[in-house]
Amino acid sequence: MSTEYGPIAIWSVILSLGILTYTIRASFVTLFGLIDDVPPEITNALRYVPPAVLAALTVPAFLSPTGSVEIIGNERVFAGIAATAAAWYFDDVTATIVVGMCILWIIRFGL
Amino acid sequence: MLSSRLPPEIARGIRDVSPILLGIIPFGLVSGVAAIEAGLTPVQAMGLSVFVFAGTSQLAVIDLLAQNAALSVTLLTGVVINLRMLMYSASIAPSLQSIHGYWKAISAYILTDQSYALAVARYADSDLTAYERLQYYFIVALALWIVWQITTIIGILVGAQVPDAWGLGFAVPLVFLAILVPAITSQPKLAAAIVGGTVAVGGEVLSLPYNLGLIVGGLAGVAAGLSTERILNKRTTGQNDVD
Repeated sequence: MSTEYGPIAIWSVILSLGILTYTIRASFVTLFGLIDDVPPEITNALRYVPPAVLAALTVPAFLSPTGSVEIIGNERVFAGIAATAAAWYFDDVTATIVVGMCILWIIRFGL
Repeated sequence: MLSSRLPPEIARGIRDVSPILLGIIPFGLVSGVAAIEAGLTPVQAMGLSVFVFAGTSQLAVIDLLAQNAALSVTLLTGVVINLRMLMYSASIAPSLQSIHGYWKAISAYILTDQSYALAVARYADSDLTAYERLQYYFIVALALWIVWQITTIIGILVGAQVPDAWGLGFAVPLVFLAILVPAITSQPKLAAAIVGGTVAVGGEVLSLPYNLGLIVGGLAGVAAGLSTERILNKRTTGQNDVD
């Protein structure tokens, strides 16, 4: 898949995200003394952002790459299951990528 | 030996960060490859790594641009992923308090999961001066920055050579998976992931516009995590820690 957005749209996302991310990073380092800490309710909620958002990004990419849930004939589901096992067993980014890509290629080119 | 001529905290920082540098190499490569696969120009791909310098959010933005998701959803997703750094910023601020504003500004720019984690661990187990703390943090964070930029460049060059049929863009959800699986360390986090993933798939099936399923899934997942935590806390009264 390739983006249809033009350079202005892409650069506006890159620069806006850059500015906002820098603001997040600099917030307390710079403002120290004005606000002392992140409220505990927010800290607590933030702990669930990585699992929730990463799963929301990942699961559709394996299960419904074209917009509807496909299991049979969907090479990504099989690659995803194998890669999940690899991520759990090895706890390593490289191993997960290698296993997932190899299964995808075997199904796509080898069978 | 190189390390004996360097100030001790710089030598120590290099030693501590080295294994982590190896670990971010594939991640950086994928962020370069995937940006090219998604149709970004090499300069735009590099712009993401330089201006944003936060891997997971970079990959999310690349992924969503490739799907032609709404720009607001794309930006919002990137920001939400990076919100965790509020906690790092708040936590590390007292340790970097007495340094000059100019160094503080750069220190903030190179703040990452890895530099935060190493610095906090180092500050906890030894009594360092403000200058030594800065030395340690700075060398760790800078090394990560340099390796990230170099691996992005290599990824961009590789991505331009590999045919589309190889589907290298698939490495993006694989990287997410590799971060997601070890992040599930408790039942509430598992609930957050299951609900987040399920709602996002539901959003795709119902063809919610602008990839809104992602935002709704993320919110539902956080809510599920918080309520699971509350239920577990109620069940084991007196025991607060579920993490």
